[in-house]
Amino acid sequence: MSKLKVSILQFPGTNCEYDTVYAFKKLECDTEILWHKENLEIDCDLLVIPGGFSYGDYLRCGAIAKYSPIMRSVAKYADNGGKVLGICNGFQVLTEAGLLPGALKRNDNLHFISRIQHLKVISTNNAFLNRCKEDEILNIPIAHHDGNYFVDENTLSDMYSNNQILLKYCDSEGNPMVVNGSIDQIAGVCNRDKNVFGLMPHPERAMESILGSSDGTKMLEGFLSQ
Amino acid sequence: MKAIVNVYLKEGVLDPQGKAVHHALGSLGYNSVTDVRIGKQIILEIDESDKDIALSKLEKMAEELLANTVIENYTIELE
Repeated sequence: MSKLKVSILQFPGTNCEYDTVYAFKKLECDTEILWHKENLEIDCDLLVIPGGFSYGDYLRCGAIAKYSPIMRSVAKYADNGGKVLGICNGFQVLTEAGLLPGALKRNDNLHFISRIQHLKVISTNNAFLNRCKEDEILNIPIAHHDGNYFVDENTLSDMYSNNQILLKYCDSEGNPMVVNGSIDQIAGVCNRDKNVFGLMPHPERAMESILGSSDGTKMLEGFLSQ
Repeated sequence: MKAIVNVYLKEGVLDPQGKAVHHALGSLGYNSVTDVRIGKQIILEIDESDKDIALSKLEKMAEELLANTVIENYTIELE
């Protein structure tokens, strides 16, 4: 079987690109980092927009990054069914670019939240979480200031009926837990065609039990199943 | 000419910063404040002589970049 090729975007202010490289190398994927000024055809099995603070989070998180030259190629790649995963700032970029529904607001307690957080798997019928089980509880680091997911009610109900709600914040028993004020405690979603995924938690930081959790492995491994 | 674009969260979208400031004003004794909303003001110098052209460009700028219309509204003033 040929190796999965994972391309990882890098904007000024991105800071999780090398963690993401590490995580996918651990899963024996080929990886490459693409600088945001590249104007090229994206050719990979999975494109990751990693975490960080693209353009210093100026104006709004992800608002400037969405007009980087490479984002035109990303939109084209996603329109053709290419798989995209946005982690943390990457999730913010994807909502700003309109590739995912909703928006991410300032956390309701106004604090930057950095800790390991339990998540409940809501939907597994997709290219991302197919190695997880529904209602399974994962333990994944979160680190964000603007992770308060908002989407209007009509869109939200469409997203539920189309299984686009992927992950929710919960306690260790799986009970809903308010973390940052997200509507319905949503931590991760996908688009209608289920090829664009976004989440605030950092699976790429949960690849080693010695560092607190290896639950990120079974999340990212989902992409290997295709 | 000078343009001022005000961007603020839509009605019905909870404004956590406004809520915190409202609470702080209450603890300072300003109990008659019933609501606080926080937005941002973007001040632009724009090299256009026709107000209508300037306005239509500013509207495009607001829709494309200055505001995220999923959660925010905006107003435009020209001076």
